[in-house]
Amino acid sequence: MTSTLSDTEQPALSPAFQQVSVGRKVKNGTATVLVWLSFLLAVVPLVWVLYTVIVNGIKVIPYSNWWTQDFGSVLSDEVGGGVLHAIIGTLEQGLVCAIISVPLGLMVAIYLVEYGRGGGFSKVTTFMVDILSGVPSIVAALFIYALWITTFGLPRSGFAVSLALVLLMIPVVVRSAEEMLRIVPDDLREASYALGVPKWKTITKVVLPTALSGIITGIMMALARVMGETAPLLVLVGYSAYVNWNLFNHEQAALPLLMNNERATNTMDPGTVGFDRIWGAALTLVIIIALINLIATGVSRMVAPKKK
Amino acid sequence: MTRNRIKVRPGDRIFKNLSVGAGVIVVALIGLIGLFLLVQAIPALRANNVNFLTSRIWETSDPTHLQFGILDLLLVTISTSLLALIIAMPISLGIALFLTQYAPRQLARPFSYVIDLLAAVPSIIFGLWGILVLAPRLSGVAEWLNRNLGFIPIFANGNVYPNFSGTIFTAGVVLAVMLFPIITSLSREVFERTPTPQVEGALALGATRWEVIRTTVLPFGKAGYIGASMLGLGRALGETIALAIILFIPRGKNFDYSLFDGGATFASKIAANYSEFNNPTSAGAYIASGLVLFVLTFAVNFAARSIIGDKKGA
Repeated sequence: MTSTLSDTEQPALSPAFQQVSVGRKVKNGTATVLVWLSFLLAVVPLVWVLYTVIVNGIKVIPYSNWWTQDFGSVLSDEVGGGVLHAIIGTLEQGLVCAIISVPLGLMVAIYLVEYGRGGGFSKVTTFMVDILSGVPSIVAALFIYALWITTFGLPRSGFAVSLALVLLMIPVVVRSAEEMLRIVPDDLREASYALGVPKWKTITKVVLPTALSGIITGIMMALARVMGETAPLLVLVGYSAYVNWNLFNHEQAALPLLMNNERATNTMDPGTVGFDRIWGAALTLVIIIALINLIATGVSRMVAPKKK
Repeated sequence: MTRNRIKVRPGDRIFKNLSVGAGVIVVALIGLIGLFLLVQAIPALRANNVNFLTSRIWETSDPTHLQFGILDLLLVTISTSLLALIIAMPISLGIALFLTQYAPRQLARPFSYVIDLLAAVPSIIFGLWGILVLAPRLSGVAEWLNRNLGFIPIFANGNVYPNFSGTIFTAGVVLAVMLFPIITSLSREVFERTPTPQVEGALALGATRWEVIRTTVLPFGKAGYIGASMLGLGRALGETIALAIILFIPRGKNFDYSLFDGGATFASKIAANYSEFNNPTSAGAYIASGLVLFVLTFAVNFAARSIIGDKKGA
């Protein structure tokens, strides 16, 4: 590995040039080794984390109870029960978050690409989207707490969580949608204008369908990302061991919240109920995230413009 | 854009207003976050009995006698983030160089996907893995450092001694792993944009691969890499649940400038004490610390984006 030279690195006329000195060869070799090593160093924790989750979580999830029951009917240290209540919460909160953030984020992206086009306010918007993407999830949660619970006097609920997730999801949706809209060729827009189609119809009927496949991928990835957030759940909703479909009132579980709750109430030693539950929930969460990503790939293939 | 003669259709006007409105909402959001946090923090700050910026006490359970200062939180936040950054920066640079310069062409894309997967793992899972799986293995390293280099203050016995798992050291290592995908993705983008003539010129002069990188890729991508690292720093400052799980909070002991101290960052403190949110004054104390965190991350992100923006515009 240390001294193999590819064709492009071979001097054109070898006699005319000096050989690559030992020092330079050593430096080049060291750099190559270090660079490979750092990549491997990043792969190790990924594989390790996934391995841990799968090996520890696989014990509980094959049982149908796990997917169809809640923990309401079992004691906190009793084997059995399931995470249906948390799955419902995670999906419901994520879905409502998406319903709010997708139109908003999409409109911002449309503004940036179709109307703003590098003007003063569009620069400010781009910058603010960037800043928003750097807002920590706990700060988003505190903001919704200050707005929804202290100022409006509304109860802690799953919907408050959705609102906090909106803040985290919007920048991701805007970024990805913006990128996709930008690569739609201007020829398409101009052809549509030439036919006398109004601008808004050009955007909704020509530009958006062309970019749709990529936009859907971006939205699903963003959704998968926010579903794994824990901080907003801690501040904005209480944990319940029972199924609760009501997003606007009472405690509602979610997978990360359930994990945190088990961590706080049960011991984490291998073989205990708490250990099984927490890793089972972790694996369930990973599976849901993986499924969403898979669906994203599938749907975006389906709606992708036909290539000839 | 000389379309003055064409009358603007109502559909167009409505649609444009909607999209501009969405932009205004997003811009206003940042201001609103700051404003709401500030308004909610003021009553608690007024009721505070110690100096908010320089005190190390955090006693907020009694709303009639609030005592809270952020100095300890600030120090722990900065030390975990810095440690994470010191570990993550060189490794991420290596990864970005690997993906753009070394990896075989066909494999570059799947390899990048693998790195991006790291960002898709929820942070609570990183936290659990960090404290339950990694920490026991890492404590040997920590103890060795402590035994042999203990005379250096940062490796001295921590305030949770002899516990070597719930420390800033463990937290920093886990946080570093979480920063890899963030720093790598942006650096990669910039490195890829190195002008081909420069690369080819260097190769034509007989440069080795490393010399090509040192003379063309690195100078060109330096600003982007630094910007990306600052974005990583912003992320590290605000990381919540992973650190709340890992860091052990010693009772009544302050941060003492050792990597083997426990403690709490701004974010992990809020996450660990959400049960105190039952009365508005105590909640106000946490909101005040959240406001400081918001200002910190805002400043870091602002700087990062300015650096990257300069490079992207060029």
